[in-house]
Amino acid sequence: MATNLEKSTKPLTARDFKSDVVSDWCPGCGDFGIVNAYQSVLAELAFAPHNVISCSGIGCSSKSPHLTKTYGVHTLHGRSLPFSIGIALCNPDVKVITTGGDGDGYGIGAGHFLHAGRRNVNMTYLVYNNEVYGLTKGQASPTLSLGEQPKSLPAPNPNDGVDPLALAVSAGYTFVARSYAYNKKHLTATIKRAVEHQGMAIVDILQPCPTYNDLHTKSWFDEEVEISGASFPRVYDIEAEGYCGKVQNPNDPEEVNRKEIEALTRIRKPDERKAIGVFWEVERPTFMERLYPMNPKLKETPVCKMVIADADGNPTTDLSNTYQEFFSK
Amino acid sequence: MTKTETVNHFSWTIGGPQGTGVDSSANLFLRSCAAAGLHCYGKREYHSTIKTGHSYTQIRVSETPINSHVDPVHLLTSFEKSAPLIHAHEVVPGGAFIYDPKVTDPAELDLHPEVLLVAVPFDEILTKLAEELGLPAAKAMIMKNTLAVGASLALTDFDPQYIEEALKATFSGRKAKLVAPNMKAVERGYQYIKDLGVSDKFLYRLEARPESPAQLVLNGTTAVALGKLKAGCRFQTYYPITPASDESVFLESKASEYGINVVQAEDEIASACMAVGGALTGVRASTSTSCPGFGLMAEPIGWASINEVPVVIFDYQRGAPATGLPTRHEQGDLLSARFISHGNPPRIVMAPSSLPEYFEFAFESFNIADEFQGPVIVLTDKCIGGNSQSIPPFNENSLKIRRGKMASQEELNRLAELPEFNGQFKRFKFTEDGISPRVALGQEYGIYWNTGDEHDEYGHIDEESENRQIMLAKRERKLETVAKMIPEHLQYSLHGPANADVTVVTWGASVGPLLDAMPSLNSDGISMNILVIKLFSPFPTEGVSRILNQAKVKVGFESNTTGQLAELVKMETGISMDHRVRKWTGRPISETEAVQAIREIVSQKSKEIVLTYGH
Repeated sequence: MATNLEKSTKPLTARDFKSDVVSDWCPGCGDFGIVNAYQSVLAELAFAPHNVISCSGIGCSSKSPHLTKTYGVHTLHGRSLPFSIGIALCNPDVKVITTGGDGDGYGIGAGHFLHAGRRNVNMTYLVYNNEVYGLTKGQASPTLSLGEQPKSLPAPNPNDGVDPLALAVSAGYTFVARSYAYNKKHLTATIKRAVEHQGMAIVDILQPCPTYNDLHTKSWFDEEVEISGASFPRVYDIEAEGYCGKVQNPNDPEEVNRKEIEALTRIRKPDERKAIGVFWEVERPTFMERLYPMNPKLKETPVCKMVIADADGNPTTDLSNTYQEFFSK
Repeated sequence: MTKTETVNHFSWTIGGPQGTGVDSSANLFLRSCAAAGLHCYGKREYHSTIKTGHSYTQIRVSETPINSHVDPVHLLTSFEKSAPLIHAHEVVPGGAFIYDPKVTDPAELDLHPEVLLVAVPFDEILTKLAEELGLPAAKAMIMKNTLAVGASLALTDFDPQYIEEALKATFSGRKAKLVAPNMKAVERGYQYIKDLGVSDKFLYRLEARPESPAQLVLNGTTAVALGKLKAGCRFQTYYPITPASDESVFLESKASEYGINVVQAEDEIASACMAVGGALTGVRASTSTSCPGFGLMAEPIGWASINEVPVVIFDYQRGAPATGLPTRHEQGDLLSARFISHGNPPRIVMAPSSLPEYFEFAFESFNIADEFQGPVIVLTDKCIGGNSQSIPPFNENSLKIRRGKMASQEELNRLAELPEFNGQFKRFKFTEDGISPRVALGQEYGIYWNTGDEHDEYGHIDEESENRQIMLAKRERKLETVAKMIPEHLQYSLHGPANADVTVVTWGASVGPLLDAMPSLNSDGISMNILVIKLFSPFPTEGVSRILNQAKVKVGFESNTTGQLAELVKMETGISMDHRVRKWTGRPISETEAVQAIREIVSQKSKEIVLTYGH
């Protein structure tokens, strides 16, 4: 895929991607691990910091761009994806990586979440999923299951939880994964794969909220689960167990269909444990690649770099051809 | 008593259920008259339905330039039964009615006895033509609309060569093969009228003016699209909504030619957010919508304001509130645009008042957005947006592109060499004029942050009281700075004598009928001048107050329920209108209504006049 993403010429470390802003997250918050993993991926991939646009919505996790020394675009609650898409379409030569919470992405931003999949814009979406609205003191988020009652809820949750990964596969995301904030190795590897993916990638990241989610704490995630008399770790990697969600031949409709059903079945499988890994991965033309045959000028020059005036400020767009359609004689 | 002929002063109405070819007739009629060098204004009314629903167009034709429609109809033409039931009463004595006797009995209509009745057997003529051309009869029937134009123009003794010219312009490229059969239908209609020998009884004539220069025939949505392209807008987002979508769909049809990327978003919130995101990369970006969609954009507009992002938003106003009258005209968003988004953050609000200004404002809005670094809201409306007119070619000579304060890569490189450089850029640097140099996302050494939170000079969240005071004042100061940069003619204009008996304060599509009313009022001995306000934020308080302080009688004149411009003028200048003329039926104000309203104010001193004419 032809992007002109410039890489850094000097070796970088995660430290090069840290801004001088001090985080205001609670001690023990899972967000720290995620932002550290994110920054180390940027260093590993040797991105020049000015070529990365870190976007976000609103919420605790959405403050991540301020901690990161790349361009930062901290947008509106639920609207990070349309802002990000605007950036990615107008300048395909930068890497757009968007972070946000489960309330931001699957609640107020649910409409945008769906349509982002349909376009397969070349960008990455990292969702910090802790099942609560932390910044507003712990209300239920869209991923909290029916009947659950973390400590701030006056009554058990009367809503069903939404399954963002099943939704993402159905909506057309071409890379769908889950990871866990405290499994640094898996998290870093997964974010890296998502960022390298050409197309719309989502990583839903399980992230304990130490202040408001007293049900699914770090120790809950660390517990062993007993199934039929045997003990298993709560969080487990499906790929380590042999699952592969990647479509080998995206031009084979039979394989695509089979793998998609497999992915959805795997995502929706009743499970007392928490499965992590890449559930679905397929190569499909990105939004810009779909536009290029219809609008070849976009391929030559990103719209943000098109010349619109000469040195004296005279507009260079010549409308005479179009005027002909409207002349009375 | 011998009556004299009226030359090139004419109004023609054609109507029928939507989807029956009425629009094609109207378009052909207008383009034929424009091709003949006449000035044309086409008022189009339609329902919010796909088929059925009464739709009609009035084409007004004139020797001199015109900016509005009139109430009297000189010729009503219909090839179906519903339109005459609605419009028959509008035909003036001495006017004419062309109808299909198979579906219409004029005796059942509310027609003035002095209206000339002209029966045209559409089916019979077209069946015969179909046989001659070897076409299936059903195929010929769709040419009723062209036949209707031929018959109508024959009555005025119009030279049919201009209809052929217009047909060629309408059916070009792959559709060129449609010219010949349609011209046949025109000729049959034309000949039928001539054979009847009724033209002599009809006293309205349309005489070609072949020496007049070529005109453009288009509507407001197209004029805006062209202005945006000329300005270098290369990213446009939208969500389908009447009447705004026409602009975006037109732009999309030109995408490959001009390299503009037009994206249909999932809703108007997304379209505004995408446009703002796009603008951060340095491209000139815009979105267009109508009232309900504009309401949804409140939050991204606030975000663009606090992050100082140049983005252009067009709002084609229609009947409000909620879904309101989705295909009808209103000027109901003035106060909404002026105050949209919590906290009343700085924004530019402007409104063009004529079709040429639709082009000019579309072009200039990007200059102003770049200089101001913030949202520019341009209020257009369904009337000028959707109505086709003939106008002189756009004046492109003086157009210049100004990008405001943008940090060049050379400047950033220089900054990066300074010992104090810390790898980040003060995008929101405190400056005397409030405007800070802007970088595009992706520029080397330009790293900064955007946030909807109050922020420091780098764009990091900062809730401290002192920073809040300085940063907010910086953004507010930009309005004063940019007010000095906007040319006066884009702020307001005064038409007519400096001293007049009546000063009418108005905006947008309400300006046209007043300009057209001026000669009639002058011949009545009424001297009127028109203060057209085009910039609402920052408000040109000084200039408007100077004019209004000299005015003898002040009249607010606009298409909304509460007189929003009058309210805003009072708020900004302390000056109240003595009289108010308002219309909110969803139909634009006509020249006829403007004349009557001003006459009534002068003769009867009426304080409040509510206009209601039109179907």
